[in-house]
Amino acid sequence: MMKEKVAIVKNMGKAFPTGEGDFWALKHINLQFERGEFCGLVGPSGSGKTTLLNILGSLDKPSEGEVEVLGKQVHRLNHKQASKLRAAKLGFIFQTYNLLPVYNVYENIEFPLLLLKMDGAKRDRMVRDAIEWVGLEDKIKSRPNQLSGGQCQRVAIARAMVKRPELVLADEPTANLDSENSYMILDTMQNLNKELGTTFIFSTHDQKVISYLRRIITLTDGEVSSDDIQISS
Amino acid sequence: MLKFLIKGIFRDRHRWFFPILIVMFSVAIMVFFSAFISGFQLSYIRQSARFSNGHTKVVSRAYAEVLEMKHYDLALMDIDDEFEEWKAEYPQLEWFERINFGALLDVPDEFGETETQVDVAGMAVDLTGSSKEIERLQLKQALRKGRLPRESGEILLSDLVADKIEISLGDSITLMGSTMFGVMSLRNFEVVGTVEFGIPALDRGAVLADLEDIREMLDMQDAKSEIFCYLKDEEYNLKTLTQIANDFNRRYSDEDDEFSPLMLRLHDQGSLGSILSLYDHSQFWMSIGFIVIIGIVLWNMGLLNGIRRYSENGIRLAIGESKDQVYASLLMEALIIGIIGCILGVALGILFCHLFNKVGMDLSLYNKSTNMMSENILYTVLNARAIITGTLTGLFASLLGSALAGTAIYKREISQLFKELET
Repeated sequence: MMKEKVAIVKNMGKAFPTGEGDFWALKHINLQFERGEFCGLVGPSGSGKTTLLNILGSLDKPSEGEVEVLGKQVHRLNHKQASKLRAAKLGFIFQTYNLLPVYNVYENIEFPLLLLKMDGAKRDRMVRDAIEWVGLEDKIKSRPNQLSGGQCQRVAIARAMVKRPELVLADEPTANLDSENSYMILDTMQNLNKELGTTFIFSTHDQKVISYLRRIITLTDGEVSSDDIQISS
Repeated sequence: MLKFLIKGIFRDRHRWFFPILIVMFSVAIMVFFSAFISGFQLSYIRQSARFSNGHTKVVSRAYAEVLEMKHYDLALMDIDDEFEEWKAEYPQLEWFERINFGALLDVPDEFGETETQVDVAGMAVDLTGSSKEIERLQLKQALRKGRLPRESGEILLSDLVADKIEISLGDSITLMGSTMFGVMSLRNFEVVGTVEFGIPALDRGAVLADLEDIREMLDMQDAKSEIFCYLKDEEYNLKTLTQIANDFNRRYSDEDDEFSPLMLRLHDQGSLGSILSLYDHSQFWMSIGFIVIIGIVLWNMGLLNGIRRYSENGIRLAIGESKDQVYASLLMEALIIGIIGCILGVALGILFCHLFNKVGMDLSLYNKSTNMMSENILYTVLNARAIITGTLTGLFASLLGSALAGTAIYKREISQLFKELET
């Protein structure tokens, strides 16, 4: 059975102006991402991973070609439409967690739901579910500065997942974590991927992350040099 | 979301402490200065009303044309019946006749020959014991030597004039003037007291005599040059007085008859209106000045705060808030801070006024060196206007600062968020 596509990239390129003309960070990209995928963009620094993640996350627009994310033509969205898409259907996980320092665990996770103007009872249930997924029930009132790096990243995952997004984009999510925490985080994301069917796209060059991926897309000098499916993870 | 914002503000001392402090002190200063200016304005109105303008004044149209000249020959004639009618029609006003006149004061020597002469500005008021004029002109407080006139033929002299021409209590003087019909007129008086009002314009050459004596001297038995009107609660209420003056003039004044009565509000007399509006404008411009200055300070603080909260704003944009939403939330924070700062600032401003009013400000030296008519001790007048001016200043300054600082959010490159948030 054909799986639903969450993102389709057709002949996409992204150029950045430089003093000596345009620099093409991405060239001739053709990719399709299916619902429930757990895949990664790998490659050395400067290969275009983050640029592709930006475009898939509607944070940037392609210079040429077409990008469709969850049925929306990213290259045709204005700022407000792109914000709406991100708020409703996309989740982001960053290398440096980027939690809001003045809010506690519960409130950090609650924040994306506030943007969706969800009613209080439903919001509370969803936040508590997300906290349970990442196993931080005992840290609900803690502020980010009272948490370890691993715990902060789990909060960041819960924040990305709380609204049950269809696509989660994670940029080097384990870069600041030790091995134990990295595996714990990866296990958590893998479980969520399996339980909720959420599509995860990573940008990484961390072998630990790569070992978890079911699909590895390698980028070299802005082009897809390989797109492999891993049998086991 | 509002609750969420409020939590964020109060858990981060950097967001509220200095902004609230700045707004609070600005509002307090603004409330205090507005109350101070209102106090000055009210003091000026009270003194002007008391001595030279009344709350309103009824004169003939011809007299009004040259109001400052005090041409009592242009007085209203034979209006006793009308005067009684006016009193009945406008019971909210108290009506008092006065005559302002110029005369030559002649001091005779022991042989009855002129020893000294001096120009004086005379004021004739009802000095009979029960008259409210004694209280209104604060004659008992102004009395430096002697007593107030009790009988016909007694007069008060300015203390300054009395010293200058070396007159003692009990001495006789002669006032030389002309009747309202232009005939020379003389009348002897006995000096029974000297007064000092602390108002140079009056103290330089004032004589104060009973209305009936001067009426007789100036042959004004059937004439009234100026009729002073005061609201019974003694408070100058421009709106009420405007209504009364408009109604009076509509009913009794005739543009084509220069000897028909005309009611002038204090604001309509001489340059008083423009002086009073100058006070209003000064409050307005002071408020604008404060908004700009405090706005710039808060703008600067907002920029620093924006740098400190760079990643916070970045993550909010990435999560899905639009720039407009982030900007609106910054304005909302500013509004919350502004409201709190205003509440505290108004309370502090009221406290400043309260403390100031315990002693007041002694303006007697200032009054002696200028022609301004204001009371010697100045108190602040805390009114709704002072509080509204202070509050609006605080709110606008707070919003202006954040509105300017917040525009930085629109310069943020969304496409750089991943890179920025990795550092």
